[in-house]
Amino acid sequence: MLEGLFDPKRWALTFANMGPFWEGFGVTLRVVASGLALALLLGTLLGVFSTSRSRLLRGAARIYVEFYQNTPLPVQVLFMYMAGPQFLQMVTGAAQPVRIAPFALGALGVGLYHAAYVAEVIRTGIEAVPRGQMEAAQSQGFSRVQTYAYIILPQTFKIILPPLCNQALNLVKNTSVLALVAGGDLMYRSDNFVSLYGYLQGYIVCCLMYFAICFPIAMLGQWLERKSKERPRAKVIPGVTDGLDEGSTARTVYGREV
Amino acid sequence: MEIFNATNLVYILGGFVKTIEISVLSIACSIAVGTVLALVKSYGPRPLRLLVSAYIELFRCTPNLLWILFIYFTVQGIDILISTLAFTLFTSAVMAEIVRAGLNAVPVGQFEAARSQGFGFIASMRYIILPQTFRTITPALFGQCTTVIKDSSYLSGINVAEFMYTTNVVMAHAVSLDQVLLLYGFVFALYFSLNFGISLLVRRHQRSIASA
Repeated sequence: MLEGLFDPKRWALTFANMGPFWEGFGVTLRVVASGLALALLLGTLLGVFSTSRSRLLRGAARIYVEFYQNTPLPVQVLFMYMAGPQFLQMVTGAAQPVRIAPFALGALGVGLYHAAYVAEVIRTGIEAVPRGQMEAAQSQGFSRVQTYAYIILPQTFKIILPPLCNQALNLVKNTSVLALVAGGDLMYRSDNFVSLYGYLQGYIVCCLMYFAICFPIAMLGQWLERKSKERPRAKVIPGVTDGLDEGSTARTVYGREV
Repeated sequence: MEIFNATNLVYILGGFVKTIEISVLSIACSIAVGTVLALVKSYGPRPLRLLVSAYIELFRCTPNLLWILFIYFTVQGIDILISTLAFTLFTSAVMAEIVRAGLNAVPVGQFEAARSQGFGFIASMRYIILPQTFRTITPALFGQCTTVIKDSSYLSGINVAEFMYTTNVVMAHAVSLDQVLLLYGFVFALYFSLNFGISLLVRRHQRSIASA
């Protein structure tokens, strides 16, 4: 089972062959970066669509979200891998099936998949801020841009950032789907190493590398979550908020104590 | 060649049945292990608490496929059992966090009331706290079921004959784009009906609770 786990010779050989691991690490990071960018852009767009007044846009966003959330990512990626080249050939009229680079397959795969989840996060974030906030801000003379900048978006971000962080974490983990289509990412390279030498050490190195990417994201998510639960505090403006010490329980309405 | 003949269809659907079997077993084991982990993390002695936290963070921060391959490499056995073991390993970490969130949502008064009525720790958990916990986390639990069903397709990486694997075997005989599209349409439709069905059930359940 776990024989040779502490064998120094196996570890030495593993460390002498770190090249492919770092290469895979680089591929995974690049897929994460472009996949995350795609997921955030498309997800925000779909999230805004699903809160719009147009029934068509709402319906389109709904169908996208339900399809991508209810079918497995590996099947989606394999579908693009199998049908994509012939489909592109048909569209472009090329003589041969058009090969799709594994990098593009990975970025597109996780990007499209997580866009559905990001869309739901954005939608709930937008819906969670009561309409009254917008009306109150405008009645106080805030312009539309100011309303969004000072009133709406700060409240939205507080709600959506922790779940977005969680999505980023899942996206990193899901890039390992590339290993199923020989995508050259970290998971694929590690699995190759293990099949080549039969040493478990490859998986442990792989585990540590993924952990190094994911753990900071997980910690950031927990920090954001703690912060979003804190009560907002009034900004200190000299000459305006000076007299209001925290212990004071007196409240005034129009200058009269109540 | 006709791709949807009886033999192929029976073979593919056999994979679908295996997907469901593995998912059900994995979810049952994960809920059991996850609940124990959550109880230890919430009420256990400090060293055990730290150990459980480390376990949860480790499995939350590494890909599922890694652990599937890891178990396949280190443990020999029947494919369904190996798959269940691998899935229980990382899904129980997620379940633990879900159950813990549910435990935190139970008002402190419930614990105090149970204690004042003479319930011991185990009895108060069994009769007072956990039933309330599971009622609040039902939607999250079913959401996780969908995730397990979807992620079970990663098992084709270790040649377990689940749904995606059996489809791929048949796919190898597909000659035209039409056949590939037809097969994938079928696969997407089945996965979708299963998962969407579950989410519809959860939504109805939530509505019935809200209206009660």
